[in-house]
Amino acid sequence: MSALFQGGHLLSILIFFPAVGALALLLLRGDDHIFIRRIALIVSVAEFLFSLLLLRGVPLGSGDYRLVEYGAWINSPPIHYHLGVDGISLFLVILTTFLTPISILASWSSISHRVKEFFVMLLMLEVGVVGVFLSLDLFLFFLFWEVMLIPMAMLIGIWGHERRIYAAVKFVLYTMAGSILMLVGIIWLYNASGTFDLPTIQQMIQTGTLVLEPHAEMLLFLAFFVAFAVKVPLFPLHTWLPDAHVEAPTAGSVMLAGVLLKMGTYGMIRFCLPLFPEASRRAAPWVAALAIIGIIYGALVALVQPNLKKLVAYSSVSHLGFVVLGIFAFRTISMQGAVYQMLAHGISTGALFLLVGMLYDRRHTFEISEYGGLATPMPKMAAFFLFAALSSLGLPILNGFVGEYLILLGTYQSHWQWASWAALGVILSACYLLWSYQRVFFGEVTHAKNKTLPDASGRERFILVTMSLVMLWMGIGSTYFTRRTGASAQAVIDVVEPQRPYEAAVPGEPTIQRSVNSSQVHVIRQKPAVESVR
Amino acid sequence: MFPRSDDILRVLPELLWCGFGMLAMLMQPFVRAKRFYTGLALVGALAGTAAAFAAGATPGEGFYGLIQSDVFSFFFRLLIGLVSVLVILAADSYLEREILPFAEFYALVLFATAGMGVLASARELLTAFIGLELSSISSYILAGFRRDSVKSSEASLKYFLLGSFATAFFLYGIALVYGATGTTNLGYMDSADSGSTLLKLGLSLILIGLGFKVAAAPFQIWTPDVYEGAPTPVTALFSAGPKAAAFALLLRIFGSVPAATHFWFWAFWVLAVLTMFAGNLGALLQTNVKRLLAYSSIAHAGYILVAFAAVTFMANDLNGGATPAYAAVLFYLLSYALVKIGAFTIVSEIGGAGEKNLTLDDYAGLAQRQPFAAAALSLFLLSLLGLPVTAGFFGKFYIFKAAVNSHLIWLAVLMGVNSVIGAYYYLRLIVVMYMRDGSAEVMAAAPVRFPMAVNVVLAITVIGTVYFGLFPNQVLNFILQPNLIAR
Repeated sequence: MSALFQGGHLLSILIFFPAVGALALLLLRGDDHIFIRRIALIVSVAEFLFSLLLLRGVPLGSGDYRLVEYGAWINSPPIHYHLGVDGISLFLVILTTFLTPISILASWSSISHRVKEFFVMLLMLEVGVVGVFLSLDLFLFFLFWEVMLIPMAMLIGIWGHERRIYAAVKFVLYTMAGSILMLVGIIWLYNASGTFDLPTIQQMIQTGTLVLEPHAEMLLFLAFFVAFAVKVPLFPLHTWLPDAHVEAPTAGSVMLAGVLLKMGTYGMIRFCLPLFPEASRRAAPWVAALAIIGIIYGALVALVQPNLKKLVAYSSVSHLGFVVLGIFAFRTISMQGAVYQMLAHGISTGALFLLVGMLYDRRHTFEISEYGGLATPMPKMAAFFLFAALSSLGLPILNGFVGEYLILLGTYQSHWQWASWAALGVILSACYLLWSYQRVFFGEVTHAKNKTLPDASGRERFILVTMSLVMLWMGIGSTYFTRRTGASAQAVIDVVEPQRPYEAAVPGEPTIQRSVNSSQVHVIRQKPAVESVR
Repeated sequence: MFPRSDDILRVLPELLWCGFGMLAMLMQPFVRAKRFYTGLALVGALAGTAAAFAAGATPGEGFYGLIQSDVFSFFFRLLIGLVSVLVILAADSYLEREILPFAEFYALVLFATAGMGVLASARELLTAFIGLELSSISSYILAGFRRDSVKSSEASLKYFLLGSFATAFFLYGIALVYGATGTTNLGYMDSADSGSTLLKLGLSLILIGLGFKVAAAPFQIWTPDVYEGAPTPVTALFSAGPKAAAFALLLRIFGSVPAATHFWFWAFWVLAVLTMFAGNLGALLQTNVKRLLAYSSIAHAGYILVAFAAVTFMANDLNGGATPAYAAVLFYLLSYALVKIGAFTIVSEIGGAGEKNLTLDDYAGLAQRQPFAAAALSLFLLSLLGLPVTAGFFGKFYIFKAAVNSHLIWLAVLMGVNSVIGAYYYLRLIVVMYMRDGSAEVMAAAPVRFPMAVNVVLAITVIGTVYFGLFPNQVLNFILQPNLIAR
């Protein structure tokens, strides 16, 4: 298989293969739904298999961009078709290609009208998201960033629930408002540097060839940051998210929570920190404050939510707050944790949305009060739900724990106050998830309709078993991921905090020797820290 | 005094357009076949467009400085010729449906085209005035071409009255400029004193006159009514052709006459902001698709004026700093013309006999009834909105870039704000087409079959929109020249 990609076009293939699939679907007749679903599934599974080849393309301990593709596209201004993958984008791409077939399976029977268009949109969404994660040219990045808006809006607006149109338009307008600012920032940066090429600009900034005034740097940082913060979404820009999630069809919610939100945090890691290190440092306390407010606020709102899907949506606000906190704590461990939490959240929240969607398919409501005692008619579903909830609230040996723990550990090293506030979020997440679980699945069956609900079908069991296995694997085998993301995370931290006297961070913290250049050493050292807690 | 052959070549496009227009009028008593005139007009428009190459191949001033053949006029002649060809193709089925006379219609379209060509290549203000009159008077008649429709007559009258008023401003402006500089030829104004009050007054009157033609706020009041009342193919012509030509003349005056550049920066800044907000805020409330697109075209005039602010800000920069801003205007006009003609063509066909189906409700569920029309219209709307993989995205991007280049950050930010406001109403139409189901009778009606000519127009505009959205290189290389406008 890999012989096919000797020419080194794997990344292009990853971006455009779903587009080819979507085009093929468009040419099919619209009435043979089963055939269309199968084609979509085959395309997305093939895409997932292709993306696994990335693991071979990015060697351990490499912090550079790999599998780079570089070609001229537009002469004036010089815009290049520049793709590359590193440890941070590697797993985000795989997460995307993994969640797409899962979403397709999840919509197998729940989507029954305009089936062809649905799968076309889903595949086009994949094109945009993978493109965002792989672009190394600011212009190209922006292009994919905008392209992915339309399929997502269509998914919400056509196949969503009652207030779908409102939610779709709100989603687009929020994102566009942010991204227009980013476009101004990108052009400004181009005028200063003469290129749209991310690694080149980064190098110019690091070597001092390009010096931005503090004021200008702050404005540029904000232009990028606001665009990403809308997407994350960071408090107080989060108000589009609950609407979009509640109204979106299950597949839309899974993709939205699973990968689209990560585009925001990915952008912060990839652009805000390396391009504007000084401004990032100055803004860090404010960002952290917003992140902590988001963590606690999201959890508190989730606690009182009567709507199950909204509850999961607000839990995303809370969990993504952790990611932002981890990024802006400027420690390698917290950065690693942020990257890990992005993946873990994609899987566990994705699974929660899948489960909520399956409940909706049976009862057509998200109101918690409509459920109760579901463990009696559907024990398997209850078990899977518990598994996903435990993973989301951060139970050790499941995936959610690793990310949150690393983030809190790293944040504690730099600012113990931040960490202690954020830790409240961990407690609260246990409260809202377990409490809602209790109300939905335990007790007597109060509604007659609920007595006869069918348990998970074969297709649903397959989806849920896959997701659960991934959660378990990510919880136990977390080093498989951290070893690959470590060097890239370290590279970002090296830019923001060059030669930081590591020992001086917190008095009393055990001293860890760190060699500045060898990220490998550092990554290995941090492993015991994780395992010792277990 | 017989004109030299070079001179003839330099005005050949306009000669052909005018000639074929007159031919159509003269043939009318003799040939009854309607399609003959479509063919004749098409040949004429194409011949004129082809002649633009001949004119472009003989650069220089013609008729002792009355007109100028340069890259700039070449680009605009091609653009106007393309607009004319597309409108002629799109109008065929419309005229058939509304039972309107073919020959006069096409003759007027060709005269208007010739007028725009003159406007875009004039170097002498009086020549420009002739071009303006030629295109305007044809436009007044075209706006009222659906005689039995009250709205069409209203559009014509309104356009005529306000248009004549604006033309008078323009003419008075020329007189004052002559008083200040002693010449009406743009090429001889290099030594003019930019501080002269008389010149400023004259230029401001010219700006008002042309501002009316491009529908810049506060001179935009006529636009929605005229665009709504005029036959839809004519609206397509109005939104693309005369606007491009008037912008061409504006650019030639305020971008190349030294005395007329830098001082006018704030005027364009204010005009741009007013126009963007007037267009976008007005469009928010519209339920008639034609009016919605009319307001959107006001907003887009505002975006182009942003580039004008950048041009006038940078025009004194001798290192060619303004070149990208000129290119931004030209590229934007090209992408905009393609999109607007495509969109109005669809509106014209969906409108049906008597232009009945123009409201948003008539577009509900269009994606299910006519997936291709809905997809094409969505593409055009996304291009107007400025989303990637469309020509409109690059158009907007280059204007943004020109503005940021000139350190007009706030203007760029205001343009960004407007883009987001604009997103709302463009999305609203897409939402209606894709996410809402039409009423039972609308859904039950048989889908409108688009005639061949219309499909050709849509194919050209769709392919053009996507192509320039992916590969803007060729056009850019062509217009990114320091000597774009010959001095």
